[in-house]
Amino acid sequence: MQVHADRRLDTVGLYCPVPIIRTSETVSRMSPGEVLEVLSDDRVILIDMPAWCRSMGHGYLGARQEGGELHLYVRKQERPVSTPAVAGKD
Amino acid sequence: MTIQAPPGRRIKAVGLISGGLDSTLAARLLLELGIDVVGLHYSTGFCMNDHRRAMARPDEEPRRMRNEGLRAGADLGIPVEILDAGEEYLKMVLNPKHGYGKRANPCIDCRLFMIHGAAEYMREHGGDFVFTGEVLGQRPMSQHMQALRTIERECGIEGYLVRPLSARHLPPTRPEELGWIDRDRLLGISGRSRKEQLDLSARWGIADFPQPSGGCCFLADENFAKRFHDMKEHTALERIRREEMILLKIGRHFRLSQEIKIIVARDEAENRFLSRFERPGWRFEAVDCGSPITLADGEPDTDMRRLIASITARYSDRRAEPLVEVAARNGDREERIVVPPVTDQSLAAWRI
Repeated sequence: MQVHADRRLDTVGLYCPVPIIRTSETVSRMSPGEVLEVLSDDRVILIDMPAWCRSMGHGYLGARQEGGELHLYVRKQERPVSTPAVAGKD
Repeated sequence: MTIQAPPGRRIKAVGLISGGLDSTLAARLLLELGIDVVGLHYSTGFCMNDHRRAMARPDEEPRRMRNEGLRAGADLGIPVEILDAGEEYLKMVLNPKHGYGKRANPCIDCRLFMIHGAAEYMREHGGDFVFTGEVLGQRPMSQHMQALRTIERECGIEGYLVRPLSARHLPPTRPEELGWIDRDRLLGISGRSRKEQLDLSARWGIADFPQPSGGCCFLADENFAKRFHDMKEHTALERIRREEMILLKIGRHFRLSQEIKIIVARDEAENRFLSRFERPGWRFEAVDCGSPITLADGEPDTDMRRLIASITARYSDRRAEPLVEVAARNGDREERIVVPPVTDQSLAAWRI
């Protein structure tokens, strides 16, 4: 997959949850719509990153492997998530 | 009952989400009551799951090592922030005001630390109250009535700490008194049985959660606790850093004297980890064979280095041979020591 990234974050050698903490810090300084590329060699990030994106409302664009490194792509949400899944049902 | 939110906005709760069943249910219950929920998941450095991840074999199933807080946030559709508990948490662990449980678990202080953090987060990012998944009577140290009251009194947000799962056993909180939460719809769960929680999870279709009652904190682990207390006994508290805590989770530990302790890697993964661990001091490895890496704390003299070499030899592939050559390195200095492997009988006396 080919994705244009506006920023890149190298977390190779770090284990969860540090890559997610660093991703969160970096995304908080980005503009909505911008894409972050995260480099990691922790394969469990392929589960955690999509979960974090779903939780925070960011777009998870996918991942590709290059040698021993994973490249994951996150698009910062356009608008903050304000309504949780089941809130307001009653 | 309709929530009487402050005019113009919804009520927002900030909660501690471990990703276990109780915190997931507490969050879900508040969502059912029409309250917005933000979760905080603390990374303390003592999570067994995080360690398993660092030591994982290539064939280990990744789902077993996922972050449960993030998984819960995704399933519930609520934002979950991961917070690094940092050095402040370590300071608390080394000197907890309310002491330790059976092992090295400072559960009451840990709760207070996290609730203080949640309160601070609430002040910074907005929020109306803090909630936890605590259940009265579930855990011996931190969840009996007196402990829950102590936490309530000392958490800095008295009256604004809600435990949705056991609320009906506890005095009403301000959010209940103000009509933000309908007390009648909060729960009255207590005790160690998980039946009510499992019924609720079935009703709400929450199927994907870690095994209830599964311990996941090193501080509550018997072996870790022995090493932790040994370290406290032999090291000035101000010298203990997070790196030392990481090493307590790895390898076989032997206390050879007041000053000298060694760590012997148990397998390839621990060897890889220790070989990357940058730390001054002596390292030992048997030559030309499969061998553990052994790290030494302190300044071993010649006799002590021979003893450490013989312990390293005992765990090498040449342990059945009468003499084994071991390389000992400290910075630029290297020496070769030829020793017989130590006997298992002697080892027992030094094992922590």
